Amino acid sequence: MPPVTRHLLHAGGLALWFMLLALPLLAVRVDTLHNVVEWRWENLLWVGSGTFALALLWRLRAAWRRSGHLAAAPAAPGRLAAFGTRLFDEPRLYRPVLGAILAAALIFPWLADTYQVNILGLALIFVVLGLGLNITVGLAGLLDLGYIAFFAVGAYCYALLNTRFGLGFWPCLPLGGLAGACCGLLLGFPILRLRGDYLAIVTLGFGSIARIVLENWDEVSGGAQGIAGVARPGLFGAEFGLAGMTTYLYYLLLGLVALTVFVTRRLQHSRVGRAWVALREDEIACAAMGVDVARTKLSAYACGAFWAGLVGVIFAARNTYINPNSFTFMESALVLSIVVLGGMGSIVGVVLAALALVLLPEYLRALAEYRMLVFGAVMVAMMILRPQGLVIARRRRYRREGDA
Amino acid sequence: MTEPLLDIRGLSMDFGGLRAVDDVSLQVLPGEIVALIGPNGAGKTTLFNCVTGVYRPTAGQIRLQPPGLPGRRIDGLAAHRITALGLARTFQNIRLFAGMTVLENVMLGRHCRTTTGLLGAVLKGPGARRQERETVEAAFGMLERVGLAGYADEIAGNLPYGAQRRLEIARALATAPSLLLLDEPAAGMNPQETRELDELIVRLRHELALAILLIEHDMRLVMNISDRIVVLEYGKRIACGTPLEIRNDPKVIEAYLGEDGHA
Ligand SMILES: Nc1ncnc2c1ncn2[C@@H]1O[C@H](COP(=O)(O)OP(=O)(O)OP(=O)(O)O)[C@@H](O)[C@H]1O
Ligand SMILES: [Mg+2]
Repeated sequence: MPPVTRHLLHAGGLALWFMLLALPLLAVRVDTLHNVVEWRWENLLWVGSGTFALALLWRLRAAWRRSGHLAAAPAAPGRLAAFGTRLFDEPRLYRPVLGAILAAALIFPWLADTYQVNILGLALIFVVLGLGLNITVGLAGLLDLGYIAFFAVGAYCYALLNTRFGLGFWPCLPLGGLAGACCGLLLGFPILRLRGDYLAIVTLGFGSIARIVLENWDEVSGGAQGIAGVARPGLFGAEFGLAGMTTYLYYLLLGLVALTVFVTRRLQHSRVGRAWVALREDEIACAAMGVDVARTKLSAYACGAFWAGLVGVIFAARNTYINPNSFTFMESALVLSIVVLGGMGSIVGVVLAALALVLLPEYLRALAEYRMLVFGAVMVAMMILRPQGLVIARRRRYRREGDA
Repeated sequence: MTEPLLDIRGLSMDFGGLRAVDDVSLQVLPGEIVALIGPNGAGKTTLFNCVTGVYRPTAGQIRLQPPGLPGRRIDGLAAHRITALGLARTFQNIRLFAGMTVLENVMLGRHCRTTTGLLGAVLKGPGARRQERETVEAAFGMLERVGLAGYADEIAGNLPYGAQRRLEIARALATAPSLLLLDEPAAGMNPQETRELDELIVRLRHELALAILLIEHDMRLVMNISDRIVVLEYGKRIACGTPLEIRNDPKVIEAYLGEDGHA
């Protein structure tokens, strides 16, 4: 068979397969008013021809590359990658970049409208959540599928203390973090000996239990209705309008992100952080090197949960109303995707992934019902093209005293 | 007679119906190199695992008498506490922290000799900074000892096999042990590397005043460096003595050494 025919057949087969997959979603529409099924074959035609063209292009490109026509090309990505690593290594290079990003983040509220500031604020919440879970999953390698429960703990902690006891935002902020950390410890104890699949199942269970308790414990958590009338954060008694409050919360979250990045970085390159990574690499060797495995695991759970609790307080204050629907498995999965997509253990990667995964669906709203479809496609493509995540965590190089 | 550093009495370990280690007694004196040999599946690694706290032995006692400290039983103690008492090991199937750098692997060995906690790591005060500097310094020192200083920034998993074995030794040494347990350190090494290893082991013993308990199948290495040899077969100790005695012990020749034992 000549190669061209093979390419055509392959692309054709792929197109048929995608048309079959898309059939229920794109072609069939049940008109509930008139009780008839409406067939939209033209949609299927689009999917088919699009897939065919893309598959053909892809195969031709691969064949082209195999035949050596692109042999000279890899030099460019090589240089780019080299620049990438230098960017992370040399303060001379990354300081200005960091400064520019920070400056842009600082003036952003003055350039954009309230809607933009608001959704960027939401993204920053997930940046903090991603960085927190990054400690547990990315560094220490302990899977947690119920992470959002700690976020709920922080949020309910503030909502309850505020509505029942009139406690203000600022005293509640550290309390929420501590409550999260304590719950992290509580969760950590029973699952110290578990790993892999079992850990996944148990943490998933914990996450669900937390939500079910919130939904049903009417006297305390307000049940499915949740808690309303939570106070917004104050600032020395200053009064804000809606726009002003959005901006204020944005800066608050920006500050929290900066704090989280700072603390995580310090931890990562310390005795404790190295023990976390070693635990992820080999638990038995870790114990043989004198690391108290139980304690190290607990500290990783508690540290991860601390940030979720902290940002949970801000979340409650930002929404002024919380209910269990904000803390479902979908949110846990989103935060986990952020960590995996960003590149396990990489701070920069997690920040980028959080921004992408929260902002992308927002900006894709224009695509209406296909929004999540496109979102899913982007995720799948990402995992195929770059399975290690956006940014690969790099190990620090240590220098001894006196060396240049 | 000096007090033994490690004193194993009547140690047994069962896995279900299988008795992997059967009533084994064995002493290691300070500064001594003792080799543990025997055919595959004799229970050598299992004995190491009992001593280092990976397994809790079914029966028997293990006592450790670190120099200058009161002696105590270590059987049933958690692995990390045994390491803190001055007993370090390497693994037969290399267990490095493969994704970390060579230097970080050794730095991890310092974990039990340092104290910086969460708060100290975040605040990074003068104490924490000094400790971190000392850790880096000590780790470089250990790498120099085993000849890996030039690889400090490499990812450990990328090292050649022989270098990974030496890195395991450096990492174990970083815990400042008085007794080092080596599980087949020459496995997978070429003859040249094995010769260097045998010099390294003898040198480490002198420089660091170490006692060494060693599992090894390479008879040349074992006969060269051991003060005493203990032979296991089917979990039982069948002989114990100097290399000369072991070489000529008919029981050992039958069970293990065969003809090539004299090579
Ligand atoms: N965790 C375990 N569970 C069940 N059986 C085990 C376990 N560990 C070891 N064994 C069994 O115990 C016996 C002794 O094994 P061990 O690994 O101690 O032998 P060894 O002397 O180190 O052998 P080698 O020279 O091959 O390393 C073997 O029969 C092995 O199958
Ligand atoms: Mg073995």
